[in-house]
Amino acid sequence: MSIERQEIEKLATLSRIAIGEDTITEVSERLSSVLELVDQLQAVNTEGVEAMSHPMKATQRLREDEVSEINQREAFQAVAPDTEDGLFLVPKVIE
Amino acid sequence: MHNLTIAELVTGLQSKEFSSVELTQHFLARIAKLDANYNALITVTADQALKAAAAADERLAAGNAPALCGVPILHKDIFCTNGVRTSCGSKMLDNFIPPYNATVVENFEQAGAVVLGKTNMDEFAMGSSNETSFYGPVKNPWASDSVPGGSSGGSAAAVAARLAPGATATDTGGSIRQPAALCGITGLKPTYGRVSRWGMIAFASSLDQGGPMARTAEDCALLLNCMASYDDKDSTCIDREVPDYSATLGDSVKGLKIGVPREYFSEGLDPDTEKAVRAALAEYAAQGAELVEISLPNTGLSVPAYYVIAPAEASTNLTRFDGVRYGYRCEDPKDLNDLYTRTRAEGFGDEVKHRILIGTYCLSAGYYDAYYGKAQQVRQLIQQDFEKAFEQVDVIMGPTTPSPAFKFGSKGDDPVAMYLEDIYTVATNLAGLPGMSVPCGMVDNKPVGLQIIGNYFDEARMLNIAHQYQQATKWHSLAPEGIA
Repeated sequence: MSIERQEIEKLATLSRIAIGEDTITEVSERLSSVLELVDQLQAVNTEGVEAMSHPMKATQRLREDEVSEINQREAFQAVAPDTEDGLFLVPKVIE
Repeated sequence: MHNLTIAELVTGLQSKEFSSVELTQHFLARIAKLDANYNALITVTADQALKAAAAADERLAAGNAPALCGVPILHKDIFCTNGVRTSCGSKMLDNFIPPYNATVVENFEQAGAVVLGKTNMDEFAMGSSNETSFYGPVKNPWASDSVPGGSSGGSAAAVAARLAPGATATDTGGSIRQPAALCGITGLKPTYGRVSRWGMIAFASSLDQGGPMARTAEDCALLLNCMASYDDKDSTCIDREVPDYSATLGDSVKGLKIGVPREYFSEGLDPDTEKAVRAALAEYAAQGAELVEISLPNTGLSVPAYYVIAPAEASTNLTRFDGVRYGYRCEDPKDLNDLYTRTRAEGFGDEVKHRILIGTYCLSAGYYDAYYGKAQQVRQLIQQDFEKAFEQVDVIMGPTTPSPAFKFGSKGDDPVAMYLEDIYTVATNLAGLPGMSVPCGMVDNKPVGLQIIGNYFDEARMLNIAHQYQQATKWHSLAPEGIA
């Protein structure tokens, strides 16, 4: 199955990855060849088969709603690209 | 000292034959001298290692040393290490210094192990050849023109080249077993939920599992004793007692029923690799095991199912890399969207980007049921194959990979050719089963791996079975040229 240019552009937007004009064809070819591989699944009869989400059918554990972590803002922000007054900085969103 | 096993090192340290500082200096010197040939390490932590070694020597002198006290190891650069750069093989995290330790790292610290550094890997563990690492490929110590396998290629090459006696690794579709096979060492992917994933950078959360690499099964048992634990912080960790994996190594394999899946010996398997694996099976038969031909009919669907599920989960997990809180950020973003899209375009390598796009496609509106839903159903069929097989047999054995280490660049243009490298390994991840690879022969001076697949939480039995093979054979003790 081949994948159209428009579709690549849509995927780029959804996944927030800029794709250069010069690489669209290459990306499209690679994606198409992987989709061709995974399209083998379509021929399998899976009627009545439950989708598997955990090998041991484990369910999410619950815990008491108690504070379990201490605030480590300084340690966490020490590795941030840009911070100010304890906040993470990004380019201005609202004028 | 570098030819001693971890078991021998523990004895040597405890009987004061040598100190941990001496041992650590010895391995650091080997890394400094030899790693330029392999590129197995991304970061060397010499100062911290020597400090930890001195502390270990004090505990050894005081006589209250824990299990791995003073033993040097390496961590795959996917495990967060407090204060030490953790890159995951990516430009995205080239500057990332975690403020905390992964549970696995914490466990080794508690056990007194000395961390020499962090090993190279495919970017975000996506690859079977180590060619996708931002830090350049790792070279196979057996053949410098060939890949070490991936994604844990750095850990595997380092252990094979005796730069460390053992290392941690992770396996999402074969990333412990395939490089272990290609580098001629022993590696174990435990049951899903056996080892905590907390602080292990996520690739595909329903498949990822950490495990040990060493030269022998006996050493893997020692490492797994420390690595396996129940962890409240990993919601998929299974609360189950951790046995002493060393205790049953000596058990006999007499009467063991070994399932030999027909589908693992079909088209695509290199004849010499098959010969080596068959010889290993014959050795088990000679020790009194019974070989039973079985069928895992959905084997062929495991790679297609995997390449839906793994990229889908990766595309979700990797949204966190946005250039805001840590890691790489592009220069002069003009607005928030530009910050996200350029950071991710520049910070991720091609293979990672392609997998994110594939995953996004499989999860996007209108395609979810046809791809992700379908793959999860097929996954159930694959698990049922194993369930049926384990009604008849105790373990399953076959080749780890279709052929020995391939040359750099030989699968570069075709992603599907590379993905088929995982044909014998991905099914166990999809089913959540434990699998291991044990050296079982040489083809053109390159190692061949025997894969052992066990039932859930049967790691002790698998290590025992591997150990019994290693008691009777010498493949695990071979060293690449110029190493010993």
